[in-house]
Amino acid sequence: MATTTMHDAHHDAHPTGVMRWLTSTNHKDIGTLYLWFSFLMFLFAGGLAMLIRAELFQPGLQFFQPNLFNQFTTMHGLIMIFGAIMPAFVGFANWQVPLMIGAPDMAFPRLNNWSFWLLPAAAILLLVSFLVPGGAVAGGWTMYPPLFIQGGMAYDMTIFAVHLMGLSSIMGSINIITTILNMRTPGMTMMRMPIFVWTWLITAFLLISAMPVLASAVTMLLTDRHFGTYFFNAAGGGDPVMFQHIFWFFGHPEVYIMILPAFGILSSIIPTFSRKPLFGYDSMVYATAAIAVLSFTVWAHHMFTVGMPTASQLFFMYATMLIAIPTGVKVFNWTATMWRGSISFETPMLFAIAVVCLFTIGGFSGLVLAIVPVDIQLQDTYYVVAHFHYVLFSGAAMSIMAGVYYWLPKWTGHMYDETLGKWHFWLTTIAFNVTFFPMHFLGLAGMPRRIPDYALQFAEFNMLQSISSFVLGASQLLFLYIVIKCIRGGVPAGDRPWEGADSLEWTLSSPPPYHSFETAPAFK
Amino acid sequence: MQTIEQTNTQRYYVPAPSWWPLVGSVALLLLASGFVILLQNNPSGSYVMIAGALILITMLFGWFGTVIRESVGGLFNDQVDLSYRWGMGWFIFSEVMFFGALFGALFYARVITVPELGDTKLLWPNYEGTWPTAGPGVKETFAAMPAWGIPAINTLILLTSGATVTWAHWGLKNDNRTQLKIGLILTILLGAIFITLQIHEYSSATFTFQTGIYGATFYILTGFHGAHVTLGAIMLAVILGRVYAGHFTPERHFAFEAVSWYWHFVDVVWLLLFVFVYWLI
Repeated sequence: MATTTMHDAHHDAHPTGVMRWLTSTNHKDIGTLYLWFSFLMFLFAGGLAMLIRAELFQPGLQFFQPNLFNQFTTMHGLIMIFGAIMPAFVGFANWQVPLMIGAPDMAFPRLNNWSFWLLPAAAILLLVSFLVPGGAVAGGWTMYPPLFIQGGMAYDMTIFAVHLMGLSSIMGSINIITTILNMRTPGMTMMRMPIFVWTWLITAFLLISAMPVLASAVTMLLTDRHFGTYFFNAAGGGDPVMFQHIFWFFGHPEVYIMILPAFGILSSIIPTFSRKPLFGYDSMVYATAAIAVLSFTVWAHHMFTVGMPTASQLFFMYATMLIAIPTGVKVFNWTATMWRGSISFETPMLFAIAVVCLFTIGGFSGLVLAIVPVDIQLQDTYYVVAHFHYVLFSGAAMSIMAGVYYWLPKWTGHMYDETLGKWHFWLTTIAFNVTFFPMHFLGLAGMPRRIPDYALQFAEFNMLQSISSFVLGASQLLFLYIVIKCIRGGVPAGDRPWEGADSLEWTLSSPPPYHSFETAPAFK
Repeated sequence: MQTIEQTNTQRYYVPAPSWWPLVGSVALLLLASGFVILLQNNPSGSYVMIAGALILITMLFGWFGTVIRESVGGLFNDQVDLSYRWGMGWFIFSEVMFFGALFGALFYARVITVPELGDTKLLWPNYEGTWPTAGPGVKETFAAMPAWGIPAINTLILLTSGATVTWAHWGLKNDNRTQLKIGLILTILLGAIFITLQIHEYSSATFTFQTGIYGATFYILTGFHGAHVTLGAIMLAVILGRVYAGHFTPERHFAFEAVSWYWHFVDVVWLLLFVFVYWLI
């Protein structure tokens, strides 16, 4: 690539103030917008979780009527998934993919901005729906009919919010795939890309495959609600179970959409702090691809209790268990990377190690739930809640925290406060486990989820969990403080604050220049 | 001019900050909230929707206009061109998945739900469970749309339009602008005839969107397909306008190709519709 000295005028236009954010075509600024948006949503949906735990502090109804409680659980799920976890990972993709492959920006910078600004529009619809007559959606984040068809105005708002978020995800994913396929620096072949880039390539493929299916599903909900169709009504030859099939055909890939980028972050952090190259790069790529392919063949394991032929149950049970193999490959590779490494335990590495351990617990409880006869017992109990919080909080959300600590020095040019970071880590990890580990026991003992009241024998564990969850919530405010403190100043990070890090972003200054790589960098 | 073009095409074009994405988001938020209001039987929602639609159209003109000016101004190098190809390809893939889910609903209803409702004698003992059906609880007599009338003619029309758009493409590649223009005009006309016949078919149907699962799957599949044909014809018309404005060279004409890809995709969806919605009943 020839070097250029002449820039046309608008290339170097750097709008300041609010314009910088509203009209941005810069992958780093848009990445920052995504990350802050997701953090706000994380705090809001976390606030809902605090209200849920306050109600569950004691048996009996304390603060909220059941309908309001149902709104809290439903919106907690919807906002955490679509508002917090997914946008956070897209924020990472925006910041890191161009930096890691040596590109000047994303392939479609304006489209990138639209992908972000659709999210606040969707968030407005979702948040305002709390205030309309009848309140927010209350039938669970899975939006099952017939409950979803019977609800009020908020249900329509949720449908359109899902449409907007789907549009955002699809456009964002097209952008990410195109960037990865077309904008790598010369010499960076597919099998030499950083694993984080690989995981996002496959995640983007999953998003483009899954989100249109969700759009179809909610569109049929809309016509059933308002235009007299019978898609999900047996009187007209439709079937509410059909919605569950279509929803989970989206929903199960969605689960991997929320964990594959986390695997990518772990695969960046663990080699750096072990001071060894990632063990088994190729098998890591193949395992990621295998998980993605399998994710389309397991959806009905969410539906073992709605009734299906034994042959189908067996198929979905075994297909689900197969996913443990590529996932096991990954856990093995991370462990082997650390083996005989020269490990140091800075905050990102602490989070990464904790994720490897805790996510594995979530994976194992997933295997338990895959067994049909066991699942029939555990369906809709707190065992399921424990399972998916081990996967989504200690898998996805704690990977996001790990990634934030890992790349904050690159993004801001300052080191974060290591002491406070370690406090945040230990508080989060301990409080998380005290909150969610006993849920396995409660679920096995038969405590149903999504119910504001419970039997007396569950009281001790629930009180302990509520107290612990308040600690978990409060420690995220510490996280907020650490991030703000780091942005406002601190020890200069230098170009490469982690001596073991070797991907391309560490060859740039911290923070990186406005157009990340003006010319394609050399790649050894 | 020559030197600027050279300088710019050496590196990947990163556009300047733009208001259009934000304008687009506001438009879609207005459209969505207007529709929500309208659905609560409050007619004022339609004003909000009209405002949203006008803003959206403005955005589309503004944004696409900017891209066309950039393209004509020579700001896009081969790498940018390839980006657009990947982008359009993956966009069409997302449309495949959207229609895939709707076809999935059709197959699920036909293969699993309806036979099962026929076998289960508890609620509706007299229900046969054969396709086409409005379901056991909807008392409506209707005739399914026959395949060998308008739908068969429409199949021929769309297949022909696929040929004419390819013929136009050959004209473009051989720098035969007359062939290009005639091919495009023919394609747009065939698309318009298709839509007209489709509207005629709808108006003569003996069933509605509310005629059980048959009506629901019929109208949602053919309806979304018809909307895509309409959009495709509008896109072809824009391309025709650009041809008259002298855009496109035999080597560089991705916008034309993108629209023709889209047109072929819509064509393939129709073939599946013809087989599974009209023919195999």
